[in-house]
Amino acid sequence: MIFKNIDRPGWTIDIDCYLKDGGYEELKKALGMTPAAIVNEVKVSGLRGRGGAGFPCGAKWGFIRPGETKPIYLICNADESEPGTFKDRYIIHQDPHQLLEGTIISCYAVNARLAYIYIRGEFPDGARILERAIAEAKAKGYLGKNILGSGFDLEIYVHRGAGAYICGEETGLIESLEGKRPYPRIKPPYFPAAIGLYMSPTIVNNVETLCAVKHIVRMGGGEFARIGKPNNTGTRLLCVSGDVLKPGYFELEVGGVTFGELINDICGGLRPGHELKAVIPGGSSAKVLRAGERYKLKSRQPDGSMVEHEVGLEELPIDFDSLAAAGSMAGSGGVIVMDDSRDMVWALNNINEFYAHESCGQCTPCREGSLWMKKMTERMLYGGGVPADPDVLKSVADHIAGRTICAFGEACAWPTQSFVEKFRDEFVAYGAKYGNGETGS
Amino acid sequence: MSTATPLLNVQIDGVWHQFPKGTRVIEACMQAGKFVPHYCYHPKLSSPGNCRMCLIEMGMPRMGPERKPELGEDGKPLINWIPRPQISCAQDVAEGMGIRTDSALVRDCRHGVMEFLLINHPLDCPICDQAGECQLQEFSVQYGTGGSRFLEEKVKKPKRVELGPRVTLDDERCILCSRCIRFMKEVAKDDVLGFASRGSHTYLTAHPGKRLDSNYSLNTVDICPVGALTSTDFRFKMRVWFLKETKSICTSCATGCNTVIGSRQNIILRQTPRENDEVNACWMCDYGRLNFHYVNSEERLQKPQIRTAAGLENTRWEVAMARAAEELKGFPAAQIAVIASAKMTNEELWLTRRFIDALGGPAHDVVPRTAEADSILLSADRNPNTRGAQLLQVCGEQPGSRLGEIAGKVRSGEIKVLVALGEDATQCGFSNEDLAKLSSLIVMDILPNATTASATVLLPASSFAEKRGSMINGKGRLQRLNRAIAAPGDARDDWEVLRDLVQQVTGSNGVYLIEDVFSQIARAVPGMNGLTLSKIGDSGVHLEDGKEVTAAVEKAPV
Repeated sequence: MIFKNIDRPGWTIDIDCYLKDGGYEELKKALGMTPAAIVNEVKVSGLRGRGGAGFPCGAKWGFIRPGETKPIYLICNADESEPGTFKDRYIIHQDPHQLLEGTIISCYAVNARLAYIYIRGEFPDGARILERAIAEAKAKGYLGKNILGSGFDLEIYVHRGAGAYICGEETGLIESLEGKRPYPRIKPPYFPAAIGLYMSPTIVNNVETLCAVKHIVRMGGGEFARIGKPNNTGTRLLCVSGDVLKPGYFELEVGGVTFGELINDICGGLRPGHELKAVIPGGSSAKVLRAGERYKLKSRQPDGSMVEHEVGLEELPIDFDSLAAAGSMAGSGGVIVMDDSRDMVWALNNINEFYAHESCGQCTPCREGSLWMKKMTERMLYGGGVPADPDVLKSVADHIAGRTICAFGEACAWPTQSFVEKFRDEFVAYGAKYGNGETGS
Repeated sequence: MSTATPLLNVQIDGVWHQFPKGTRVIEACMQAGKFVPHYCYHPKLSSPGNCRMCLIEMGMPRMGPERKPELGEDGKPLINWIPRPQISCAQDVAEGMGIRTDSALVRDCRHGVMEFLLINHPLDCPICDQAGECQLQEFSVQYGTGGSRFLEEKVKKPKRVELGPRVTLDDERCILCSRCIRFMKEVAKDDVLGFASRGSHTYLTAHPGKRLDSNYSLNTVDICPVGALTSTDFRFKMRVWFLKETKSICTSCATGCNTVIGSRQNIILRQTPRENDEVNACWMCDYGRLNFHYVNSEERLQKPQIRTAAGLENTRWEVAMARAAEELKGFPAAQIAVIASAKMTNEELWLTRRFIDALGGPAHDVVPRTAEADSILLSADRNPNTRGAQLLQVCGEQPGSRLGEIAGKVRSGEIKVLVALGEDATQCGFSNEDLAKLSSLIVMDILPNATTASATVLLPASSFAEKRGSMINGKGRLQRLNRAIAAPGDARDDWEVLRDLVQQVTGSNGVYLIEDVFSQIARAVPGMNGLTLSKIGDSGVHLEDGKEVTAAVEKAPV
């Protein structure tokens, strides 16, 4: 659906190609509907945000007060930076008009007359492609004044970030767009839908989410909701990396496959002679899942009753609720597979390096804790581990999660919490090195 | 507080309180006697919520099926506690809100934040100027843990950064609370400070090409909760716990910012603002703050002097006062002029007026001082007590308007005796040649200048920090000076010198204490009836319409 045109033979990024394939028909259809009707279709569709948090899109749009007198802004969050995640870039690079069409429809639905696509600084080609696509769309009357004679005006601007992960946090993004350091705002009171860009109501949606809106308009919210399962509707773009033979990006029905199916059937399985050790299911900040763990899932029976059943990692379906029940999250769709050749202290140190480098430094626990955790895992790796390390690591992470201004606190703490908890033996072994008199390198 | 402000019921640590709508949660806790530690929060600045020290547990009433709060056995709402701790500095109280300031979770949050703040801190308390008034130290004792679990290398950052002419920064001590940045932006309206780099490597700096040279820069040192920002003037001068702190007011302009004078062994080491929302909030300007070094000058006048054939010679007070009286008695009022100062206290001005009256009403005035005002605190009137000089009739509506006439009469020889009280006549229209024509020049001052050099009688007096008394600021607020240090040598309180001068001319007037002088003023000025020096209190008293008061004192018997 969303990836229909990705890697499609003969497909080009120009508007003519898009139009030949029926492009902007959903925009025409949307402009014939009332904004409220579109918002309602999105609510009915059950679409949940694809950026990481999985917040229901229709509910988010519903926060815009009827009769709002301030300007309303829509921001497309194209700051795709979560390690392990590489889905939005393919839409931008190969199918920019799909994103524009979804964005224009969404702006019409929430009554925004100005939209920004905030694209990460590391995607210069993507920015150029989008700007060209915007110019094409304007030339054809799909953007600008009086779109397709509907009386609806909209301008879209592309804004490039300068290379900071925190700009993907929606209030940090807004600060950055306003020309300031991307320090996330405190919530309350700065919920973007109430007080966002320039202190005005602002909707921030992920690239994939906005694309999904186009398809909701095409097929109707009810039809969209039949894809996937209740509360986990539609398709999901999964990015698989790590120890599989055929890594890549795939559009799959939400909950339509299990991790076993994804790894073995879709991604060609593990390298010969190796066994599955762990999976990070939703971008590097998601808590790691260990092979051999058992998870209790609840499913609704036809008669409405809830039944609990137990599954292993490989039987775990990839959807929002199942992953939440497994103690992790669907996140941004970045699935990182690790086989038994992987050293978990090394893996965690890799993740810790990223978060220590990307912490914006605004609030104390994340600023100091993220670097401390990185220094600890690094010291352990290079032979300086002490027996207290696993407990101190865990305790530092515990002092970050839930106590910061934005979700970066969890993003940097969850890996440490889950790695130390689930692979404690490896951390204990490293922690004992110095104590055993080994000097390391 | 307006009676229209509704009161909200809030449970704090199990006890229900009422607070006016709009009360910040952290303030409500403090009003309830539950102090919530904090670094970034400052009541006069915006709340960024960045230090995370003020995390508390919060909840709202549990709602029943009909959207009504469920009540407990005590008839009070049951609280649905939010699982995540919340900052208390950025939210207002709400009806039925529950707050826990001392739960296990809250204590753990504080432990965590204290540990995080200290891991990269240099812990150089022994040589840090903030030691003794450092909130890192205070909260470490109260909310920290004893040991350290940090085995890593600390982050290195810039040291001894001259942010501006008066402020020195140690970035390693900085806890990145952003108070200084917000002060400069929100209060000083000079947005020069910011953070550079990110994460734990973030450091405070001035924007490229900019300096922290605002006249309000030293307030950043006051509000810095740690030793990152230090006063270049004060740093390494004194351990703060040795400072004697004296509440006083700044005398560098008509605003009268409330201050604390920090001194040790009769030397002033610093002046800091004291909170008074009616005058200066928590702030003062750098100009006023640093305008005290002259008090410590080695040049201070210490001995009364009289002119002899050999020039000015030291003498005893009795001799100097007798000589002054003798010089004055030889001339009618028309041949005498008195130049007083709007830097004098009300008590000194009152006695000056008595002195003028005792002399038969010679010409008199004060010396005006004006300069450019700013829109924050600094007044165009750089005299601290112009209102007092007007009220007590030592000058007219326009201070200084009679100075030209007096100078002319000195030049023409019509005036033969000049009394200069705390002012250098050569700085207000009198030349050295004019002064040379005088038969007698009686001068009271604290430092040598061209006028004291020409004096026939020189009376050493006290600086603002060496005396008690009161002044009235430009907005009509009566405020108090207090003695922080003793005047040097034989120098005396100005009011005592003036009293003795009056006595020399008229005989005893029965004034022994400065309180007596104030009582005389308070009896004469209806707006001040019933006031005493002690009743003025530390934060002053606003006087009613100054003009009415002026009219009334004119009719008062001398």
